Amino acid sequence: MHGMIGTPKIAARHVCKVYPGVDGPMVALDDFSLDVADGEFVSVIGPSGCGKSTFLRMVAGLDTISSGTIEIARGKAGRPLNSVVFQEYAIFPWKTVIENVAFGLLMRGVSRPERLAVARGWLDRVGLAKFAAYYPHQISGGMKQRVGIVRALANDPEVLLMDEPLGALDAQTRLVLQDELMRIWEETRKTVVYITHSLDEAVLLSDRVILMSAQPGRLLATFDIDLPRPRSAATMNTPRFSEYREMIWSRLSGEVARAMEQQQ
Amino acid sequence: MTADRRAILLLLVLSIGLNLGLAAIGLWRTLSWLVIPASFVLLVLICERAGRLVPMRGRSVYERALALGFPAAVLLLWQVAGDTGLINTTWFPQPSRILAGLWDLTVNYDRFSKASLIGRPWLIPQYFAEGGLAGVWTLLAESHVLATVGRVLAGFVLGAVPGILLGVVMGINQTVRLMLDTTLSAVYVLPKIAIFPIVMLIFADPFGEGPKILVVALAVFILMTINTMAAVRGIDRIYLMAGRNYGATGWQMMRHVILPGALPVIFSGLRIALGTAMIVIISVEFLRAKQGVGFITFYYWEVLNPEKMYAGLIVVMLLGVVLTYGLQWLQKRLIPWQR
Ligand SMILES: Nc1ncnc2c1ncn2[C@@H]1O[C@H](COP(=O)(O)OP(=O)(O)O)[C@@H](O)[C@H]1O
Ligand SMILES: [Mg+2]
Repeated sequence: MHGMIGTPKIAARHVCKVYPGVDGPMVALDDFSLDVADGEFVSVIGPSGCGKSTFLRMVAGLDTISSGTIEIARGKAGRPLNSVVFQEYAIFPWKTVIENVAFGLLMRGVSRPERLAVARGWLDRVGLAKFAAYYPHQISGGMKQRVGIVRALANDPEVLLMDEPLGALDAQTRLVLQDELMRIWEETRKTVVYITHSLDEAVLLSDRVILMSAQPGRLLATFDIDLPRPRSAATMNTPRFSEYREMIWSRLSGEVARAMEQQQ
Repeated sequence: MTADRRAILLLLVLSIGLNLGLAAIGLWRTLSWLVIPASFVLLVLICERAGRLVPMRGRSVYERALALGFPAAVLLLWQVAGDTGLINTTWFPQPSRILAGLWDLTVNYDRFSKASLIGRPWLIPQYFAEGGLAGVWTLLAESHVLATVGRVLAGFVLGAVPGILLGVVMGINQTVRLMLDTTLSAVYVLPKIAIFPIVMLIFADPFGEGPKILVVALAVFILMTINTMAAVRGIDRIYLMAGRNYGATGWQMMRHVILPGALPVIFSGLRIALGTAMIVIISVEFLRAKQGVGFITFYYWEVLNPEKMYAGLIVVMLLGVVLTYGLQWLQKRLIPWQR
């Protein structure tokens, strides 16, 4: 599949998720299968309520799987399997910026000088070195999510799971962070599952875009994004980019309409 | 600008005229229930207009003047009303007499009850020279204020620490919560003073410090258990998920996510618990004590010395202010991330 060699980094097979709903069980995710190769950037896109976050939580081990399996291939010993970047940032208000970034390392028992050095390095890369000693309530939303992102990266996980990480930001901040994400990803080449409801974001960042159906969430279509790297904001002005965008939107729009009907 | 000045003048004339006019025709007292609120409203209108005339940089001075000036004005009115015989000074002695009573209590030693208000600290050098630390201790032990503060603090700590611990357990463990929640809600509404007689029975010396401290501790314990449980349950799930995802387990989760996440709410609970502790100890001292601020307040009421009774009430309020400041000081240190 997609020229994947060897075992996939993430293998999700026939995953179902059933929630006990108000009027009987509710199938949030139905027979969802997805392989992600090592170093691949995969976006998942679909109408809201289709089970994207549910899927991500299950990959992260934060929610139980009703049936099916999800496996993340182990790599280097002692490395955490996954780290999540949450839409709500979820950085701890009671820890300073640098303590937040070093949190995963602290939990793993990394020595204080070492974890602070790693955290400082990451803060430097996103221009937050000056704010190391600040508390989250003292910095802007864009900065908070930068902290959320480098908290995950400093943890050096096998795979990075991002649930609409830029969803709560204003349009300009979003563009800036998209750029930063793209730059960092091209330097680190982490395996990423990236959930978004922005089509532009999905096409711009990804090697592959997964389209999900309205509830119950199923895999609807897969699009390989064959745009040259390194990409930048300028990539969005190329004809190829627009073609991908049109192609995916023609499938997505129908699903969004269906999801809206469901909700009525 | 001038419109404001004219309005202030008009309102001032109106309020003074209203009061003096009614007083002149002898209706002020009968209509006081109406005149007092009306005068207050007029005063608010005057101050609002005066506030508009204050330049921007004088703002903070103006606000402080308003905050301190109003209670000062009330005290002054009280004084004047007492001096002119408008209110019955047998039961409502003027502030000046209350202050004199407070001074009297502070500097004098009561031979009958063998106690003084604050323990006559100016005698410490003399007592130390005569009796060493033991001598100083006899001085401290005669203090009503220290007796009350000691009981409150001991009861507060003895109640708050286990209360917070149990509250955390109830916050994270559903079984314990289901078992205890109803019982706690029931005991919570029970006035602690009503179980004081039972608490006395538990102790070998029912009239000693034990029952007094325990009843305070009990009140604080129950309040803090309920409050801490709510604090823990109120932590946003997303932080628990983040903690777990970044590898926190067991004690790490407690130390880095649950406790700090609950701390702001725990502190608002502590503040309420401090108020409750004061209420409980003063009632207990009213009821059964030979020493303490509550004791003197009630004692001087019984011996018909209202100045000193009011002085006792003032000391209670001062204690409340000081202890609350102490708690806020602690809060600033323990919760540096709070705005
Ligand atoms: N903890 C839960 N309990 C019950 N239903 C849930 C829970 N979490 C999500 N759901 C439901 O599952 C569906 C998928 O939710 P979610 O994964 O959050 O969607 P998405 O992230 O794609 O917007 C929704 O209908 C939602 O209401
Ligand atoms: Mg979601």
